[in-house]
Amino acid sequence: MTLSPTTMAAVRASGAIPNAEYLLSAEGVRKEFPGVVALDDVEFKLKRGTVHALMGENGAGKSTLMKILAGIYHPDRGEVKLRGVDIQLKSPLDALENGIAMIHQELNLMPFMTVAENIWIRREPKNRFGFVDHGEMRRMTAKLFERLKINLDPEIEVRHLSVANRQMVEIAKAVSYESDVLIMDEPTSALTEREVAHLFEIIRDLRSQGIGIVYITHKMNELFEIADEFSVFRDGKYIGTHASSNVTRDDIIRMMVGREITQMFPKEEVPIGDVVLSVKDLTLDGVFRDVSFDVRAGEILGVAGLVGSGRSNVAETLFGVTPASSGTIAIDGKDVVIDNPNTAIRHRLAFLTEDRKDTGCLLILDILENMQIAVLQDKFVKRGFVSEKAITAACEEMSRKLRVKTPNLQERIENLSGGNQQKVLIGRWLLTNPRILILDEPTRGIDVGAKAEIHRLVTELARNGVAVIMISSEMPEVLGMSDRIMVMHEGRVTGFLDRAEATQIKVMELAAR
Amino acid sequence: MDTNVAAHGTSTTLVGSRRRMPPEFNIFLVLLGIALVYEILGWMFVGQSFLMNSQRLTIMILQVSVIGIIAVGVTQVIITGGIDLSSGSVVGMTAMISASVAQASTWPRALYPSLTDLPAIVPIGLGVGIGLVAGYINGQLIAKTKIPPFIATLGMMVSARGVSKWYTKGQPVSGLTDQFNFIGTGIWPVIVFLVVALIFHIALRYTRYGKFTYAIGANVQAARVSGINVEAHLIKVYAIAGMLAGLAGVVTAARAQTAQAGMGVMYELDAIAATVIGGTSLTGGVGRITGTVIGTVILGVMTSGFTFLRVDAYYQEIVKGVIIVAAVVVDVYRQKGRKKT
Repeated sequence: MTLSPTTMAAVRASGAIPNAEYLLSAEGVRKEFPGVVALDDVEFKLKRGTVHALMGENGAGKSTLMKILAGIYHPDRGEVKLRGVDIQLKSPLDALENGIAMIHQELNLMPFMTVAENIWIRREPKNRFGFVDHGEMRRMTAKLFERLKINLDPEIEVRHLSVANRQMVEIAKAVSYESDVLIMDEPTSALTEREVAHLFEIIRDLRSQGIGIVYITHKMNELFEIADEFSVFRDGKYIGTHASSNVTRDDIIRMMVGREITQMFPKEEVPIGDVVLSVKDLTLDGVFRDVSFDVRAGEILGVAGLVGSGRSNVAETLFGVTPASSGTIAIDGKDVVIDNPNTAIRHRLAFLTEDRKDTGCLLILDILENMQIAVLQDKFVKRGFVSEKAITAACEEMSRKLRVKTPNLQERIENLSGGNQQKVLIGRWLLTNPRILILDEPTRGIDVGAKAEIHRLVTELARNGVAVIMISSEMPEVLGMSDRIMVMHEGRVTGFLDRAEATQIKVMELAAR
Repeated sequence: MDTNVAAHGTSTTLVGSRRRMPPEFNIFLVLLGIALVYEILGWMFVGQSFLMNSQRLTIMILQVSVIGIIAVGVTQVIITGGIDLSSGSVVGMTAMISASVAQASTWPRALYPSLTDLPAIVPIGLGVGIGLVAGYINGQLIAKTKIPPFIATLGMMVSARGVSKWYTKGQPVSGLTDQFNFIGTGIWPVIVFLVVALIFHIALRYTRYGKFTYAIGANVQAARVSGINVEAHLIKVYAIAGMLAGLAGVVTAARAQTAQAGMGVMYELDAIAATVIGGTSLTGGVGRITGTVIGTVILGVMTSGFTFLRVDAYYQEIVKGVIIVAAVVVDVYRQKGRKKT
C-alpha cells in the first residue's frame, strides 16, 4: 500500500501514527544521473532515538540518498518507507510535512529576516485581523529555544549571526516542524570545537526525545563521539551498517576504500625530467596556507584530499583565477607572477576545471567554438581575424585524436555526453600545447569507457614530457595514475606519498586526520 | 552501463543529422507572415496593396534605419549577456553636440559662430566620438565596479539626456550645412545602417572579437578561465555600442536637418525589441546581426502597416508592446525546448 504524502501527513497530524521498527527506511533504491549511476540498489534503515552516521568517500552516494529521503530527488527505483508505510515524497515540503527535515550544508535562511521570521515562515501565527502576530511568534521561538537550550535573540536579523548560530536556527526550524527525522549534512564543517560541543549536546537531547538523526560526516572522531550506528557507502553501493561501539577506525576506513581495483590504469613508467613547476609557500588567505611542491616533466602529481581541503583552490591560484596572497611560483627555475589565466596560458599552463558546466563548457555554443576559445589568445589569429580553415582543421584533428563521439563539430556541446564534453574541454587545452597541465576531477561523472580513454591520454601526455597535476576524489584514479601523491587537509599539505608506498589507507589517513 | 552509453551515442547522432536551418529563417518567415497579413488586410479594408508600393517600403526602411544602427550595437551587448539602456539618450546628446559644430555661417543664431562651415567630417567624428566615450564609460562602470549593466546604462540614459537638454538649455540647433545634412538625405541612412550591419556581422562571425563576445555571453566563468580578459572585452563591446548610438545621433540630426534635446527618446527600447525579435537571447551567447536586421525591418513593417491601415497611434503602441513580449516568450520556450532534448 502506498499512501500519498498528504494522507500520511494527515495520519501523522491525527496522532494515530503506526508503530514500526524503523522510523525511516529505504530499500533497493537506484538513482541515475546522465552518464553515472549515483545509487545502485541501496538500503538504509533508521531506528527511533538514534544517531545514524553516513560514511563514504566523495561521490559514494551519501548526499544523493539523503536528498531522496528529503524529497529533493526522486528515486528511479526502490521504495522509501516512513514508519513501515510506503511513501513517495514529491517535494521537500512533502518530506517536511511528514516529519523529515534536512539541514543542508549551505544554509537556507533569509539573511534580512529575523530569526523568528525564518523559523516560522509559511506558518506565522496570525492575530484576529489576519496579520502576523509578532508577539506570539517571539514567544513560540523563545519556547523552542528553551527546549533546545539555544541562547539567541529571536528578533535579530539572521545576517548578523555567525555560521554556527545560523546552524542552530536551522536546527530549531527543523525541530519546530515536530520532525521525527532530522538529516544533517556535514553540520560541523564550519564550526569551532566549542560550537561542535554545543551542537552535540542538542543532538543528544533530540535523540533522547526519540528523534532519529541522520548524520553525514567525513570526520572519524565525530562518528565515535555521537553516532550509535553507521552505514558505509562506496561508489553508489551500500556496503553495510554497524554499531559504532564495536568497530575501529581502521575497520571503517577499510570499508570506505576497500574496493578491488578492477579498473586497469594504463600507467607507464616514463622518464621523468627536470623540475618544470616549483611552488613555494603558496598561500591564499583564509583558504590554504604554505603549499609547496615541485612537478617534473613527465611526472603525474596526484592531489588527494576531501572536498573543502583546498585542492581546487590551489589549482585556481596556480592558474591565476584567484591570485595568491603570498608565496612564489617558478617555471623552469624562474619566478613568475601569474595574476590572471591569460598569463598562465602564456606560461603554457592549462587548467581543466572541476565543474564542467559552471567553468568549463560554453554550453550553448558548438564543439568548434568550445574547443578553439583558449588557443585564440595567440594562435590562428591574423589582424584580429580568425583563420577559420586552419582552426577548424586543428579542431577536427584534435577531436579525432581524442575520439569525440559526434556527427560533426557544429553540434552544441550540451548535446554531448559528459565524457565527450570532457574530451572537448581537454582538446581545448591541448590545442594550446601546454607544458603544465592541471586536471581537476578529470573523470568525474563520466562513464567507464571514456574514463579509460582519458587516463590513456594523460599517460600519453606524460610520456611526451608534459608535467601533470591531477586532482581527484577517486582513490583508484589517484593511486593508479600518479607518480607521487600530495594529500591536503583543511588548506594544508599533510604529506606526500610515493607511488610505491601509497595505499588507500595511507592517503585516507592523511586526508581525514 | 554499456547499453546506456550506446543509447546516448545514437541519440546524439540523431540530433546532429537533422539539418539545422539558419535561425534567421524562422524570423524571416515571421516577417513574411506579418507583411502578408497587411497585404490581405490592405486589399480588404483600404483597397490597395501594402507591398507593391516602393515609396512606402522606402519610407518604412528609412524610418527604422536609425534604430537598426543602434540595434547592431545593442545586439553585441546583449550577446555578452548585458543590456544597454542608454542608446536613445546618447542619440539625443550626440545629435545636439554634432549639430552644434555643423551649423552654416549663413545661419544667424549659430551656437559657436567661430565654428561654422566646418567640413562634415568634424561634426560626424565628434558625434561618433562622444558616443564612443559614453559607451566606454558604461563599459568601465560595468567591468570595474561590477554593477549590473542595467543600472550603469540607466544612469547614462538619464545623464546623457540631461546633457542634451543642458547643452542649449532646451533650444533646438538648426541651420546645418548641406554637407552634413547629406548623410541624412535620400537612401543614405539605409546605406549607413547596412554597412554598419555588414561590418559587425563580419566582426562577430570571423574575428577573435566576435568569438570572445559569444564566449563571454555563453559562460563568463569559462571564458575567464580560457584566458579571455573579460573586463577589457566588455569595455570594448559597450564602447562600440555607444559609438554606434553616436553615429545614429549624427544620422538623426542630419535627416531632420536640425537637432533637438528630445531626439531618440525610447529608441533604446526599439533597438532592444528589434534585437530580441531578431532572435538574440537576453541570457546571452546567442544572436546574429542578420537576425537583428530582420528584426528591425519587422519593427518597420509593423509601424508602417498600422499607419497604412489607419490604425490609431495609441493602438499601435499597445500592440507593439504585446509583440515584443511575445517575442521574448517565444525565446524562453525555445530555450526550454532545447534543454529537454
